[in-house]
This record gives sequence, structure tokens and C-alpha cells, in this order.
Amino acid sequence: MPLLAVEGLVKHFPLGGPGEWLDRVRGHAPKAVRAVDGVSFAVEPGETLGLVGESGCGKSTVARLILRLVDPTGGHVRFGDVNLTALAGEPLRRQRRNLQMVFQDPTASLNPRLSVRRAVEEPLRRHSTLRAAERRERAAQVLARVGLERELLDRYPHELSGGQRQRVNIARAIVTEPRFVVLDEPTSSLDVSLRAKAILLLAELRATLGMSYLFISHDLATVKYLAGRVAVMYLGTIVEEASTAELFRQPRHPYTKALLSAVPVPDPTVQRERLVLRGEVPSPIDIPAGCRLRGRCPLAQPVCAEPVTLREVAPRHRVACHLA
Amino acid sequence: MRWRRLTRNRLSFGALCVILAVTLTSLLAPWVAPYDPDNPDAEATLASVSMRHPLGTDVYGRDQLSRVIHAGRIDLLVALCATAIALTLGSALGAGAGYRGGWVDQLVMRSVDAIMAFPAFILAMAITAALGNSIANVVAAIAITHVPIYTRLIRGEMLRVRETEYAEAARTVGNRPHQIVLYHLLPNCVPPLVVQATLAMGFAILTVAALSFIGLGIHPPQSEWGQMTAEGAGYVVSGEWWLVLFPGFAIMLTVLAFNLVGDTLRDLLDPRMRGVR
Amino acid sequence: MTDLLEVRDLTVHFDTEAGLVEAVDGVTFNVRSGEILGVVGESGSGKSVTALALLRLIRPPGRIVQGAVRFEGTDLVGLSEDEMRAVRGTRIAMVFQSPRTALNPVLTVGRQISRLFELHQGASRAEGRTRTIGMLKLVGISEPERRARQYAHQLSGGMCQRVMIAMALATSPRLLLADEPTTGLDVSIAAQILELLRDLGRRTGASILLITHDLGVVAEVCDRVAVMHAGQIVEVGAVRAIFARPLHPYTQALVRSIPRIDRDVTMEPIPGMVPSLLAPPPGCRYADRCPRVLDVCRRDRPAPRAAAPDQEVACHAAEVEDAPARG
Repeated sequence: MPLLAVEGLVKHFPLGGPGEWLDRVRGHAPKAVRAVDGVSFAVEPGETLGLVGESGCGKSTVARLILRLVDPTGGHVRFGDVNLTALAGEPLRRQRRNLQMVFQDPTASLNPRLSVRRAVEEPLRRHSTLRAAERRERAAQVLARVGLERELLDRYPHELSGGQRQRVNIARAIVTEPRFVVLDEPTSSLDVSLRAKAILLLAELRATLGMSYLFISHDLATVKYLAGRVAVMYLGTIVEEASTAELFRQPRHPYTKALLSAVPVPDPTVQRERLVLRGEVPSPIDIPAGCRLRGRCPLAQPVCAEPVTLREVAPRHRVACHLA
Repeated sequence: MRWRRLTRNRLSFGALCVILAVTLTSLLAPWVAPYDPDNPDAEATLASVSMRHPLGTDVYGRDQLSRVIHAGRIDLLVALCATAIALTLGSALGAGAGYRGGWVDQLVMRSVDAIMAFPAFILAMAITAALGNSIANVVAAIAITHVPIYTRLIRGEMLRVRETEYAEAARTVGNRPHQIVLYHLLPNCVPPLVVQATLAMGFAILTVAALSFIGLGIHPPQSEWGQMTAEGAGYVVSGEWWLVLFPGFAIMLTVLAFNLVGDTLRDLLDPRMRGVR
Repeated sequence: MTDLLEVRDLTVHFDTEAGLVEAVDGVTFNVRSGEILGVVGESGSGKSVTALALLRLIRPPGRIVQGAVRFEGTDLVGLSEDEMRAVRGTRIAMVFQSPRTALNPVLTVGRQISRLFELHQGASRAEGRTRTIGMLKLVGISEPERRARQYAHQLSGGMCQRVMIAMALATSPRLLLADEPTTGLDVSIAAQILELLRDLGRRTGASILLITHDLGVVAEVCDRVAVMHAGQIVEVGAVRAIFARPLHPYTQALVRSIPRIDRDVTMEPIPGMVPSLLAPPPGCRYADRCPRVLDVCRRDRPAPRAAAPDQEVACHAAEVEDAPARG
């Protein structure tokens, strides 16, 4: 049984205003930003699933839907045998002990008025009956585990460097020993050398604590390093999903191919053929019918106007493309 | 540039000293004041400025300096209580409206709009006129007219901070809604609140004085700056200028000091709001 | 090939309250006509300050302490402010990292470009407009007539960067300084912008100084590269030579510290941190992070040595075939 299963997840943000009212009067569904439009995937215990895509593809909304920071318009999130979407209030809150998140911006995600100690101890306060002294000890242990000295416990976020802040964020997420952690672009705001250290730390923590990750990133190289499976998102849907090795060796979806060929490779001798998509990502309000990539895809055929769903083209390799 | 910053700081430092001095003399009024403020000196009625009575005496021969000092007590106390009540009530309403949104927000904000539709002073007048002008009612009147300031401020701040990543992180970590508001969001709204409360203190003192000036505030024989100014105004034509000048000066100095400190605090705490009022 | 820009011993200090920050220290390099030179390094390595210093845009408390910037035969450091202004924007142009904030929000993008033609080349308004449309077409913007009438907030990030490039190229400069032009853009958009820069460089013959932290970007578009660490250039040379055989320990560490999609590697972070530039000790500034540190490294600053036909390295420990140290 998968640790986390997402089934047909949908999130539409209504546009509001007079347009919505007019649409209702005219009797059709009001326009909305279709940020997440039917996403399904599963993460096995101990596995890391990479979720990649460009800005606006809905990957961060998926993270927030899983954590129930926003409520889904449709679909389910199952965590073990619990249907998270059906929970609210206190039962949902109790689940958070096992389901944590590391946010993208290490500065913005720390409350500027809480010391490192209070930030890291807070999850214990909310989820355990540990006494103050025990909490203190545990916080110091976790800080050591993410590679920060004990002296930093009484510092405030503005007194830390960017790399240290991200480590505090990681410490806060793992202090309750969760089984599942959502990492939302945890390395994108870090400098080259700090990024490498953060990636290695995340890999090491996963190995020692036996956690599963949903690793969200636009940086394909980092995803390749950290994830065992990868799902590629485009305009609110998953267009391809496969094991990392297979996806990078043999991408099937034109969008995945384009994305991979756009990543600059630090080797001047490599000559690659580039698959270039036309134009830019269309607005998630007016999504084209049929294949969502149709307008930009250099391989598009008349059949692409037909609706397309994810199908298995090889064992555990799913692609949403008529031509794959 | 540097010179201007220096004078600015000197000015606000002076203003801070004024506030401290007024507060201290008010606290220690019975010991600082040279005379009992209500005790008439029959030998010196309407006496001008002298060594014996530095600020002169009134028609009953009561020492003006002592009366001004004791009046400061009541002015500061009323303004402080009113500000504290308005701040607590306003913040609670604003926090609820901003965090919950929806109908709670609508209800709170429309009520606040209704209060703000009246000119603040007219509303305070109406309240004291209706309830009777006891000290408690003056406090209530000023508090009610000040609530909207804090409600709107905190609601706006709430809308900002509730969208931050640390607010999301607080939820993820397992905080209950009231814990998020109390431990994570409200403390991050404090700087603008401090600024606003300081500025509002000055305004509250002015309101107490104005209410008393028109006879709807603090009653005689309790001395109060506005009411003393009103009494003194009658003697200007006959040449007893000190009766109106000194209490009026006390009002001006205190209000000015609070405004200056408030402005400086705003610059210090929130550089973005520089030059905005 | 001749040198368009020759930078000798450029040194920039910032006199802060904490002390003297030696942000750029004796930087020497040149940009040849028509080439793309990459400047790569971690944050705080002084790459952006170097670019600003070339345009003499360093604001107090910073100042250019010494050095020469010879551009088309004249030393820019010696020019008056008026003469410098004539160089800026016409002979040397700059493309910034955040295009949206660098564009004026209250003018249409077309008007902003057209003004450059009117100001610098005395074009009439109508003429400016036609040339603006041509410029937008050149940088690959579809429907240029419609886009010219739009404001920065109506355009996507990639589109804004194209507009910035159009503005920079409007006066046909000989040198384009591009400071992290693709940071913050999505990979596919970034690839398009890089492609555009390379293509425009070839077509207009302008040289490009491309500042980036991404070795991939360097490998894809640059002809030569200068590697900066803590305000100094540690290695400079042809991209192919340096990627084939990086000689400076820092360059080697930089290459090993990135995850990559083209091969499976074990990633090794660069040890230590970028050293403080507040009164740095004499000797090599990489000494404290270097695995091959020698006694001499802490004493003497290594001079750049020629290591291969087009590769220079400033390191005592690098294995260089008996080449004489350059003075």
C-alpha cells in the first residue's frame, strides 16, 4: 500500500467579480484558474517522488493541497489508510505530526519573532507531551543532525545566513520524525555550494530516518540526484511519470523532451539536439481542449485535439500523449 | 542629510523627555505639586506669575501649577485607559476579521465603517451627553471612537501576514487557529500598532481636553486641562492671561510630544511608511 | 582577434562601518571583439561589482581604488562623468537580472525603446516607432506592434527580458554586460534568452560579458570564461580548455559541486564558505578552503600563470608545465 496516494486532485480558484456572476446567469460554469486539474500519483514508503514543471504549472498548489493549506475542489489525498480530504479540525491537526513541509523561501517561512529554539520546539509542543527539558534536548539533537551548532538555538532568523535558515526549516520539519515530507523547492534560493550541501543533507536524512519525500522543483538536475521517480507537470496535469533513470534516458512526452533539452549542461563538448516549444505557457484560465501542449508542440497532429489521459507505455512509465 | 537626521533625533529625544516628565509629575503629583490643588489661598486670588505661585492663581486663589500638575494625571489616565481599551478591542476585532474573512470580516468592517461615518468628536460628544459625563463614560466615548483605527490597521496587517510562508508553516506544524493568530501573526503586527497607539494617545488627550472644554468631559472641582482652559478663557479680556495660557500650553506640549515620538517610531520601525500619514 | 575591453588590476573597495571591504581585488582580464566571456562564481565573489565598475556605476561607500579599464582604446577610469555618460548605454549597455523592476512601469515598453532612438540618435518620433518595432522583431517578440503598446506588468518574465535586451541593443553597443540574465526564468524560457543572446552577439558583432553562477550556462553559450572567487579571478581561459582540464582547485570544486543531468556524478560540496572580504589575509583567498594548500599559499598571492595556449591560472599548487609567471 502506498504511503501517500493522490487521486484525481483538482483545485480551481474562482476569478470572482462580475464575470463570475454573468457566467452563472448565462448558465455555464464560471471561469476559474484551473491550477490543478486532475492529478493522481502515489508515493511508496521510503520513496522520493520528484514533481517537476515550470512556474505556474500547479506543482506548489499540489503541495499545499496535500498539506491541506488550501482545500481541494475535488479528488482525494490518502495518507496510509486515512483520507485526509475528509478530515478537518482536530483530527486533521493530529495527522500533521507525520506530514511535514519544507518551504521554498527559507527566510519567509521562519517567523522573524521566534528564536531558533522556539521554532524547532514548536512542533513538539503541539504534538507531544514532552517536558520543557526534554524538548530542549530534542531540539538540540535535531539541530546537530542538520549540521548546526547548539549555540544557534538562541539566535533569531535575521542573525542567520540563508543556508543556516534553510537548515532550521528542515530541522523544524523533521523534529516530530514525520513519515512524509513535502519539499517545495527547498534549494532554489540557495547559492551553488550551499545547494549541494542541502541536497546531500536531505539525502542523508532520508536514509537515516526512513522518510519519504515529495520533492518539488524546477531544477531537473537536483531532481535527478534526489528522486527515485519523477512526475512532470504541465498546466495543472501530469504529462509523464517514470522512474528517474528511465525518464532521463528515454523521455516520451514532447514536453519532457523539451524541458530536458533546455537544461544547460556543463560540458561544452556535448552537442545536443534541442526540442523547442513555440511561444509561452498559455493562461490556466483558458486551457485548450485536447492535449494541453497542442498549441506549442512541434509534433502536433489532428488527433491531439482529442482528450488525452495518462496511459502506461512501459512498466511503471505513464505518458499523456497520443503520439508517444 | 546627516545633520537633518541628527536634529530629527534630537527633536524626538526632547519629545520623549517631555512625555517622561509629564508622566512622572503626574504619577508623583501629590509630592511634586507645591500646594493642594483644591486649597484656596484667600490672600492671593487671581495672582499673576510670581515666586510664590509660579503659574499664578485662579479666582479662588488656587495654585495654577498644582492644578496643572494634577490635571495632567486625569488627562493621561483617561487617554491611556481609552487607548488601552480601544487597542485591545480593536486588535481583537481586526484580527478576527482579517484571519477569518468572509461574513465575520463583513460584519466587523461594516460596523466599523458605521462608527467612522460620524466625525469622531461629534460621536464622543453624543456618547458623553447620552451617558452622562463621568470619567468612565469619557473613557468609553474615546475608546469607542478609537476602535476603528486599530481594527482597520490590524485587519490590514492580518491580511498581509496570514499569506506569509511562516503562517503556512505554523499550520503545517500543527498549530490551532487561535495559536497561529496569537503566537505567529499578532506579534508580527506589533510595530505599526505601537506607532498608531502613540499617535492616538496624543489625539485622545486632545479629545478629553476638548470634551471638557465644552463641558461634556471632566467636571470641576477635578482639574483638567481643557476645562481649565475653558474657565481661563473668560479672564483673557480682563488681563489674567496665565489662566488660559498654561493649561493650553500643557495640552499643546503633551500632544505635540506624542505626535513627534509617534512619527519617529514610524520611521524607525517601518521605513516604508516614511512620509505617509 | 583584437581586444575590445582590457581590464588591468581593477580594484574596488567599500568603506563600510564594519571596515574596508575589498570586494574586487586586482582583477585583470580582456574581452575580445565578438566573443562571449562568462564570469562565474558564487554569490559574493564580486562578479556583479566588477560589471558595475566597468560602467563606473559603483556608488559610495564603494570606489574604484586603482586599475585601468581600456575600452576601444580609451581608459574609462580617466574619463569625466559627462564623457562616461556618453559611453554608457551607447557603446556599453547592460541587461539586469530582474527585468520587470528594471523597466519603467508607467511607460509602454515601445515608448521606452523609442525614447532611446530619439535621445541618442536624434530620431523623430515616427522614426523611433518604426525602429522600435524592428528591434522587438529582432529579439523575437511576436506581434511587436501590439506588444509595443503594452506595459511591463502585462508581459511575462521572459518577454520583459527580451524587451530589456532590445533596449540594450537599441543603440548598437559594442559591449553588452548581462548580469544573471536568466536567473529566475523557467528553463525553457532561459534557454530561449541564451539562444537569443548568442545569436545577437553573432549578428551584431557585439561582445558580451555574461555574469552567471551556472556552469551549464557558461558551457552552452560562452567562448571564454573567467572564474571568480572572493573578489579575484582565479582562472581564465577558453571554455573548452577549462572544462576539459580545470586547473585551479576552486574551479575543480565548482565543477564537482553541481548535480547534472548529462551523467551520474557524486556531488561534492565546496568545502568551507566564501571568505569574508573585510580585511582578508595576504596570500591566496582560497587557501582556507583548499585541499591542496601549501605554506606559500598563505604568504604570497599567486600570480596568474599561462598553463595552456588559452588558459591562465592563479594558483601555487596547480600543475602547470614550466611556463613563466606573468608579471
